[in-house]
Amino acid sequence: MTELRKRGGGGGDPDSSENISDKETDGDDRLGLQGDMEGEGDGDSKADTPDVPLSSADTDNTPQCLNKALEGLPPRWKNYWIRGVLSLAMIFGFFLIIYMGPITLILVVMSVQIKCFQEIITIGYRVYHSYELPWFRTLSWYFLICVNYFFYGETVADYFGALVQREEPLQFLARYHRFISFALYLAGFCMFVLSLVKKHYRLQFYMFAWTHVTLLIVVTQSHLVIQNLFEGMIWFIVPISIVICNDIMAYLFGFFFGRTPLIKLSPKKTWEGFIGGFFSTVVFGFILAYLLSQFQYFVCPVGYNSETNSFTIECEPSDIFVMQEYTLPAAIQNTLRWKTVNLYPFQIHSIFLSSFGSLIGPFGGFFASGFKRAFKIKDFANTIPGHGGIMDRFDCQYLMATFTHVYIASFIRGPNPSKVLQQLLLLQPEQQLSIFHTLQSHLRDRGMLPAAPAHHD
Amino acid sequence: YSGWTTTHKQVSSFYRWKNYWIRGVLSLAMIFGFFLIIYMGPITLILVVMSVQIKCFQEIITIGYRVYHSYELPWFRTLSWYFLICVNYFFYGETVADYFGALVQREEPLQFLARYHRFISFALYLAGFCMFVLSLVKKHYRLQFYMFAWTHVTLLIVVTQSHLVIQNLFEGMIWFIVPISIVICNDIMAYLFGFFFGRTPLIKLSPKKTWEGFIGGFFSTVVFGFILAYLLSQFQYFVCPVGYNSETNSFTIECEPSDIFVMQEYTLPAAIQNTLRWKTVNLYPFQIHSIFLSSFGSLIGPFGGFFASGFKRAFKIKDFANTIPGHGGIMDRFDCQYLMATFTHVYIASFIR
Repeated sequence: MTELRKRGGGGGDPDSSENISDKETDGDDRLGLQGDMEGEGDGDSKADTPDVPLSSADTDNTPQCLNKALEGLPPRWKNYWIRGVLSLAMIFGFFLIIYMGPITLILVVMSVQIKCFQEIITIGYRVYHSYELPWFRTLSWYFLICVNYFFYGETVADYFGALVQREEPLQFLARYHRFISFALYLAGFCMFVLSLVKKHYRLQFYMFAWTHVTLLIVVTQSHLVIQNLFEGMIWFIVPISIVICNDIMAYLFGFFFGRTPLIKLSPKKTWEGFIGGFFSTVVFGFILAYLLSQFQYFVCPVGYNSETNSFTIECEPSDIFVMQEYTLPAAIQNTLRWKTVNLYPFQIHSIFLSSFGSLIGPFGGFFASGFKRAFKIKDFANTIPGHGGIMDRFDCQYLMATFTHVYIASFIRGPNPSKVLQQLLLLQPEQQLSIFHTLQSHLRDRGMLPAAPAHHD
Repeated sequence: YSGWTTTHKQVSSFYRWKNYWIRGVLSLAMIFGFFLIIYMGPITLILVVMSVQIKCFQEIITIGYRVYHSYELPWFRTLSWYFLICVNYFFYGETVADYFGALVQREEPLQFLARYHRFISFALYLAGFCMFVLSLVKKHYRLQFYMFAWTHVTLLIVVTQSHLVIQNLFEGMIWFIVPISIVICNDIMAYLFGFFFGRTPLIKLSPKKTWEGFIGGFFSTVVFGFILAYLLSQFQYFVCPVGYNSETNSFTIECEPSDIFVMQEYTLPAAIQNTLRWKTVNLYPFQIHSIFLSSFGSLIGPFGGFFASGFKRAFKIKDFANTIPGHGGIMDRFDCQYLMATFTHVYIASFIR
């Protein structure tokens, strides 16, 4: 440890010039106005040197059973086997929680979110040696709870409208939800201001910003995942599977055919892996979309049945999950000698999702790689043997979740009739009457309602 | 020696009085400017809010550059401004689509932009994100991540809240004028009370603030807000939501005032009845809302100022910039306003709308 500190670098970085420049550029004690050599500077200059202790992320965390089973193999093969076994275990776990239904999925998403948040915050603590700010740990978790309360409240109020209407306290919470959430957040904000300690101002502001950026990335996107899930479990399964498949396929293609490096940030990635991953993921997504579109369990929005107090997934499948006949363009007609092809429209959407997941999704991974290099950590944590932390597995998923949500909102989802009705009922009677008249004339024009009888003026 | 000391005292007191005069003159100039832009109407107000937002963003980003000596990352300046434009595009698009529905329906390209607005905004943001990833340079990873985070936190604070201000404004100019006036009044009143009666320090972060100033500012702001609410509730110009007339292509502020701007008779509680010997009092309901707004602005609003003070101490800067002589930067004047704007928006959404 002392050796690491002396060199001012972490992780045995051989490039000493890199350490110096990093130290210089992190020398934020030297500002325009005043030279700072007072007590405030000490904690900061130590904290900004890039010597994040790599203790936990680097130690071997493989369980004893795996170790014993792979005793005889050389270390590299052992590592591959561990990664492989854990990959299969995670995929199996994924299938298991899909089988167990929406509530389990929501709980799993929430656990993943909490674990990712905890991993990133812990890295912040290590980077800034801010263990000795006890208030701040409490405040970070408090802000996490606040933001989650806000988002879950917005979702619950939307989807469980019937349940909320019945219970009196829930009605109050739903009516003033934004105000309550804001008041809770403000309490945390004021606590932060009151907790500012003279020697640690900068540290505390850094941790405050670190917490908020983490919340922005981790919590908002986990809620987008849950909103996607409520649209239909297929909107949850297909994007995640696309990213997993792209990861695995790019790895395999890179392993067997990899030659040209892709980007300096991740030296192990190659163009062959990237392109091979892209094509195989598009095909995989296409097939998966075909397989899943046939089942109501995946395709129907998750609804809540207030009588039976349970989730129901039954509906009339929307048009994009109904098989349609597409006429092939002339070029393909000549080669394959098929005139038309039967496809689910969702399969065409899946091509767009796969393309995004393979071409732009990896930028999320590069971002995380850059982050790890910037703070000189090998992995976010070592929760999963051979793979690192939860965050390491989920860094590509985040962009995909947001894209899927925006995609659904822009291209798939129409206005929700029950929501529109809810809003209409909140209006003044005169406004409702004018809307009714406009709607009436509109439907009459379209022939849905009988024509108006003659008026006496 | 004594001659020099006397002159020195005279000179320093002269500079102190000069400082006060400059601050006083600039304060009056800013208040006059405030009245002027209110007079000029909603479009001017939106432009002013946007200019303030851009200036605050620029001030905070410049501080980040100075803290991290990151002038030599040219991509990053471009990216910060690009993200500012993206987020503004997203927010303005959401607002415009809401309020100018008729105008949007008419124009074909606008219809396309409105229909796929979220997707377009997201795509623009993603382009910036990918540019950031591609711009990561081996020696400067950490710096670049710091500046990325700095930009995003600044956007979160400055841009979202300026859009809340604009949404408040669309509810009715009174929802813009009263909160801002409350914060200005509390600033001035707390300063004056502290100047004349100040004795007990309030918080270590801002040694110049005193409990006397805090409490005196609270009571005087509540009274001020009460009176201001009474004065403004009588005019449609302030009370009506800002509407857009598609035929005349202009903003119209005419309406049937909502119930909270209609004078009502309130029965006083028994205790006050005995002392004042009035049975009822005629008030605008908005005046009661103004009491809540004033209370927040005087009691919780200053925490925004303490936050900014802590920030300045943390990064060892005296002022955010020196745009306004005697006062510092735009951000120095607006740090208390942000919490107020958000509170007003949440208040309207929860209790009024």
